[in-house]
Amino acid sequence: MISLLATRLTSVILVMLVVSALSFSIFNFLGDPVNNILGVNATLAQRDELRVALGLDQSTFVQFWRFVERAVVGDFGVSYRNRQPVVDLILARLPATLELVFCATVIALAVGIPMGVYTALKPRGLVSRSLQFGSLLGISMPQFLIGMLLILVFSVELRWLSAFGRGEVVKLGWWTTGMLTTSGLKALIMPTITLAVFQVSMIMRLVRGEMLEVVRTDFVKFARARGLSDRAVYLTHALRNSLLPVITITGLQIGSLIAFAIVVEAVFQWPGMGMLILQAIEFADFPVMAAYLAFVGFSFVTINLIVDLIYLAVDPRLRAK
Amino acid sequence: MSQLVLRLKAFGNSELAWRFRNSPPVIFAAVVLIVLVFCAAAANLIAPHNPFDPATLNIMDARLPPAWIDGGSSTYLLGTDEQGRDILSTIFYGMRVSILVGIAAVAFSMTIGVALGLIAGYLGGWVDTVIMRLGDIQLSFPTIMIAFFIDGVAKIVMPIGMREEMRFYVVILAIGVADWVQFARTVRAATMIERRKDYVAAARISEVSGVRILLAHILPNTIGPVLVLATLGLGVAILTEAILSFLGLGMPPSQPSLGTLIRAGNDLLLSGEWWISLFPGAALVLLVLAVNIVGDWLRDVLNPRLR
Repeated sequence: MISLLATRLTSVILVMLVVSALSFSIFNFLGDPVNNILGVNATLAQRDELRVALGLDQSTFVQFWRFVERAVVGDFGVSYRNRQPVVDLILARLPATLELVFCATVIALAVGIPMGVYTALKPRGLVSRSLQFGSLLGISMPQFLIGMLLILVFSVELRWLSAFGRGEVVKLGWWTTGMLTTSGLKALIMPTITLAVFQVSMIMRLVRGEMLEVVRTDFVKFARARGLSDRAVYLTHALRNSLLPVITITGLQIGSLIAFAIVVEAVFQWPGMGMLILQAIEFADFPVMAAYLAFVGFSFVTINLIVDLIYLAVDPRLRAK
Repeated sequence: MSQLVLRLKAFGNSELAWRFRNSPPVIFAAVVLIVLVFCAAAANLIAPHNPFDPATLNIMDARLPPAWIDGGSSTYLLGTDEQGRDILSTIFYGMRVSILVGIAAVAFSMTIGVALGLIAGYLGGWVDTVIMRLGDIQLSFPTIMIAFFIDGVAKIVMPIGMREEMRFYVVILAIGVADWVQFARTVRAATMIERRKDYVAAARISEVSGVRILLAHILPNTIGPVLVLATLGLGVAILTEAILSFLGLGMPPSQPSLGTLIRAGNDLLLSGEWWISLFPGAALVLLVLAVNIVGDWLRDVLNPRLR
């Protein structure tokens, strides 16, 4: 188990090294830190002075090390576009995206797992077949199209929900939440559904596949032979053993949810990190791009590590080795 | 010629063909796919209008609804967009771009992946470790995120004059690079099994060069699963391209894909002109759905574990 943790940790360090190297290249080679601070009208002498002060006359390796040192304490410089510290921009946008991702994950699990169990136990039924087809549609449909359909029905035709923004938000320290006001919750509905559809389909297909395999195994046959009720056999014994890969995939999918949130945020004008990075690319705002990359890389690595640890905790076979 | 006929007959009697004939949904999906690809390939012949010829566009015809809705005109079956272009025709042309980018991107990632997989599997040792480690690192990021970043950075770095004409290649590169790992993994695993077999040893003894052994002897034996991956990857590549274009990072309005068309119509959605974005959207879903159904079926049929 300790060796397993050690390999995981080395790979984490490796990934973070690559990510920070990429992030550093965007920040340093594409962007120009001197122009960033002084503006384009500074004299040559001023530039040279700042260049030395910033350590830009040093070797690339030293600069990279300094970049990492500053990044660790959250200093990614100043945004080209609105002259604010990049870390403040990201922290201001973070809650909007995380709330969206969190709600979508909860919905995906709450809807996807029961649907997967149902389609596995009654594979020939009409409901199962339509769910199966629906899930294929769900993974073939781009998020923006789902969002646009929802806007057309609920905003343009029925006029029930607003098509953009977060609604009213409440400040809790630096965190802003839309989950405490009615308008905030209403604003969450459509983006959450849009983001969740793909995940629901995926988890449903996964649970279905796993259940179909587990139901064939000997211990399920034995449980049935013991005279346990169907409910106990399927929900306690079979489902529990089907959920292991679901943990992994759900965890890994949180990463793609953050990626797909860019699309959903663009459709609903949701003021999260996705909108931030889209604007950063549009205006060639390199410090923001570098910080976003480092931040996203760090979150993915952390999520992967947590998933591994959970896996270790729930699967006794891994611990025994 | 007669040999070709014999081969076709043999294929017709194969299990693959038998299974195909006995799964109606797959036949339906395949027919839809063929029709869509035909419409895209023959866009300049069968499209009712040429949407890219400014001389034929009339601004008075802009934003007409589909023919069956009040105010629609029978000349424009699915209505017109902001510039008075026929939606049905732009869909045909857009689908052509979407399919081309999708196929090229998959071919690109397949080439990189197969090459690296062969090298890693055949040489082993530190080369193998480096290549597969690189793959592991890349896999900890979603492909869409990688494509998004390559595309975004390329968009900024390129000289302004070249941006539009180079978009096609940049998008292919971005999606292609993002998706090589699964090809490499599959080919590497197969190569490691193949290289221990007698025919490889025989080839080595006959002093056949390593490159030739890899390309002429080992590669053909690993290609089956690669083709399944490529079919499934095509659906993903077309979707990824649509997402990039929708975000304004993909194909430019001068050379629109389905995603670009949807993006253009998105702004008009709130004023109720849904047909400008939703018809290209429907075409996109139909295309990806058909590809996915055929791909899923191929995977199930060719995967011996599931039989």
